[in-house]
Amino acid sequence: MALASVLRAELAEFSPNFPKNFPKNFPKNFPEDFPDDSEGIPEILRDPPGPPRVLAAPPWGFEAEPEGPGLQILHGTTTLAFKTPHGVTVAVDSRATAGSYIASQSVRKVLPIGGRMLGTMAGGAADCAFWQRLVARQCRVQELRNKEPVSVAAASKLLANLVYQYKGLGLSLGTMLCGWDKRGPGLYYVDSEGQRVAGAAFAVGSGSSYAYGVLDRGLAAAARSEEAACELARRAIAQAAHRDAYSGGCVRVMHVGPEGWREVSHHDIAELQDKYLEA
Amino acid sequence: MLSTAGCGLSRPEAGYGLEAPVQHHRFSPYTFNGGTVLAIAGEDFCIVASDTRLSEGYSIHSRDSPKCYKLTERTVIGCTGFHGDCLTLTKIIEARLKMYKHSNNKTMTTGAIAAMLSTILYSRRFFPYYVYNIIGGLDEEGKGAVYSFDPVGSYERDNFKAGGSASAMLQPLLDNQIGFKNMQNVEHVPLTLEKALQLVKDVFISAAERDVYTGDALKICIVTKDGIKEQTIQLRKD
Repeated sequence: MALASVLRAELAEFSPNFPKNFPKNFPKNFPEDFPDDSEGIPEILRDPPGPPRVLAAPPWGFEAEPEGPGLQILHGTTTLAFKTPHGVTVAVDSRATAGSYIASQSVRKVLPIGGRMLGTMAGGAADCAFWQRLVARQCRVQELRNKEPVSVAAASKLLANLVYQYKGLGLSLGTMLCGWDKRGPGLYYVDSEGQRVAGAAFAVGSGSSYAYGVLDRGLAAAARSEEAACELARRAIAQAAHRDAYSGGCVRVMHVGPEGWREVSHHDIAELQDKYLEA
Repeated sequence: MLSTAGCGLSRPEAGYGLEAPVQHHRFSPYTFNGGTVLAIAGEDFCIVASDTRLSEGYSIHSRDSPKCYKLTERTVIGCTGFHGDCLTLTKIIEARLKMYKHSNNKTMTTGAIAAMLSTILYSRRFFPYYVYNIIGGLDEEGKGAVYSFDPVGSYERDNFKAGGSASAMLQPLLDNQIGFKNMQNVEHVPLTLEKALQLVKDVFISAAERDVYTGDALKICIVTKDGIKEQTIQLRKD
């Protein structure tokens, strides 16, 4: 019986009414009527006095970052995207770190949302993968209902509104939604703080400052051709990987055009650095 | 088990005027039970190996607690971290496998189990299962598949992966021997089952030398199209 109720709880989150009916007894005027049922609880397990620091805290206290000894979740790093007249060029690295350990050098940080849109991953790997997959599902449903491909603005708004409900609980998501819709190339930056902003070029992640240095310098020239744009993107990620310890692995360059998205190239950063450092 | 993670709050005793700070021992729902898991995918086989030591702090609770759990005829999962969460997680996975079998009249494939595990782990995003999982098995084409996870469900398909307390020691060695990283002028020969088994044994013997939480015995599950075979090899017990 206990396991069945656990399983139902697991599955409840994927019902169509989620998160409308989650949680059921959530107080309306937080934090004044936050239940204080600490009378029967031993001293050692009670919350510290004062208003709770975070929404929906379990009785033993709550940490935004999981606090188990050595419990480390994967984080992703440098990603960039910019608009050109031909579409949107996207480039990402492929390193995932857990603390200071490099957990993987081959992570796919570009997540397809349908055939015409891409989402990038920076921040918590599981957060980005999960929420973008959920948005991809909602976009597909919307496409079926409206018989029209969903716009980048709509998809980014769906994602932004989804994660805003969890603001303050410790989600870490910095993603760019890149696509081509009836208004032409579309690029939005969405993050777990609730920001959603349209723009012509973004770099996101721990290595973003280094990527911006290279990117901003070559944007005007990159508008000439798709080749030039991809080369600029590749160079910017290689520079970020060179200077940022948490970026590296390989560079994946993708392009989203009117006919959909495609992978342009995939290079190991070690080889690229030999090429660029000589020049 | 109560863990003594003191949060350093000081509460001067009212009425006595004592200023000595009192360490508040806050209850932690997690503990670390150690253990290492390794999975290697070959052309038509997959190996999932784990040590069998269960520890906590300076004590060893058991020398015979393997961390590989058989899920289907084609899939094995290795779980290390907090043993309580490992047990609950494997129970939940087994229940979900049965539910799938009853509704879809077929066994879950390795890739499907991996995708399902990702959502199970993410459903506890704000109070995670403190488990590092590695799934090893055969995919629909009969090739070896290894999927590695982080505690909240981020996952990726690899050719080989080490997880758990000695993972940082084992992974670089595997990158070199199986991935041929940082080697020059070496022919990339595909991995045979015999070579992979020998590598697994050598690698765990080395891990047992240098990691206190790894040792006692090594259990290897070999997944091929003919089913799952198991082997046990003794390791250092100190």
